[in-house]
Amino acid sequence: MAKVKGDIIIDIEKCKGCELCKAACPQESLELSRKLNTKGYHYIVKIEDNCTGCTNCALVCPEGIIKVYRKTEKKKEQVATISNVTGDITVTVNS
Amino acid sequence: MNERTMTEEQHFEQMIEEESICINDNIVYDKPETLTDTPMHYCPGCGHGVAHRLLAEVIDELDIQDKTIGVAPVGCSVLAYNYLNIDMQEAAHGRASAVATGIKRVLPDKFVFSYQGDGDLAAIGTGETIHTCNRGENILIVFINNGIYGMTGGQMAPTTLPGMKSTTSPNGRDIITMGNPLKITELIAQLPGTYYVTRCAVNTPVNVRKAKMALKKSFEYQKENKGLCFVEIVTNCPSNWKMSPLESNKWLEENMLPFYPLGDIKKPTN
Repeated sequence: MAKVKGDIIIDIEKCKGCELCKAACPQESLELSRKLNTKGYHYIVKIEDNCTGCTNCALVCPEGIIKVYRKTEKKKEQVATISNVTGDITVTVNS
Repeated sequence: MNERTMTEEQHFEQMIEEESICINDNIVYDKPETLTDTPMHYCPGCGHGVAHRLLAEVIDELDIQDKTIGVAPVGCSVLAYNYLNIDMQEAAHGRASAVATGIKRVLPDKFVFSYQGDGDLAAIGTGETIHTCNRGENILIVFINNGIYGMTGGQMAPTTLPGMKSTTSPNGRDIITMGNPLKITELIAQLPGTYYVTRCAVNTPVNVRKAKMALKKSFEYQKENKGLCFVEIVTNCPSNWKMSPLESNKWLEENMLPFYPLGDIKKPTN
């Protein structure tokens, strides 16, 4: 199965820390920061690396400051190299 | 402390090793172009921001930015013209639908909408609203209903729920002395001039998507000269309900939505 990987970019200077995105996130990967932005609000940050790019946070954000990225990664093909071969190798030489 | 620094460093190294997916090819959601970069003056968690963004998204998707004229009301959204990069006109309190009528009649090729709150549309502008709807003007009215006068400090509005506290009804709205809440959306759905009347909310991602569909449909109907479309958006007002944004959304779900049920009130007939 193809793996879906997402990421978000938050414009923290415009964030007002309403936490609506935190409540909407099904992966629970958002949290309020302890630091303040220049407006004096605690801003939202992504703390987990499990984003799927579902855009829920961006949909409910009243400020429209969340940019969402999503990429579907195809499974990598297994390639045998010298380093990952553990069994014996039989070489047949035709003369 | 040392451990934490190590893990952060490791995390950072891991991040550098992995290819970042934050490139333009992978964007699935971004702020619409019609919405300007100006930071909004609304309180944290206010539904106005979402409503503005949805309008901007719909205008972008239909590619009608140069053909849209909005009419801003008096209320919290009086500065809507700072955030929407389209032609906007400010109207006197409650008269946005009358101003929109005039604009649409002079410039029938333009897409005209009015954006009004409940104190604007349902209190001082009841007459204008009902007559605009009765005439069946070919405009869109976006009605933001939060059950309270937001900008002036939380006074009781016609849409305030029974028992709901406001600064002018500190013991809760009493039906006997203060009257019943006005369901203006149901009221104007009775009029033959309206074509599409619906009620949405913007508290959850699902409702946001539905609200966007309703706005998009309304602009499409306006393009086909079908008649007046009326979209009510039930929102919260965390500051004047004296709640946190999350609490206000919960309160909205438990109290506002049972009284103002979501869905199409008047579906297009043909």
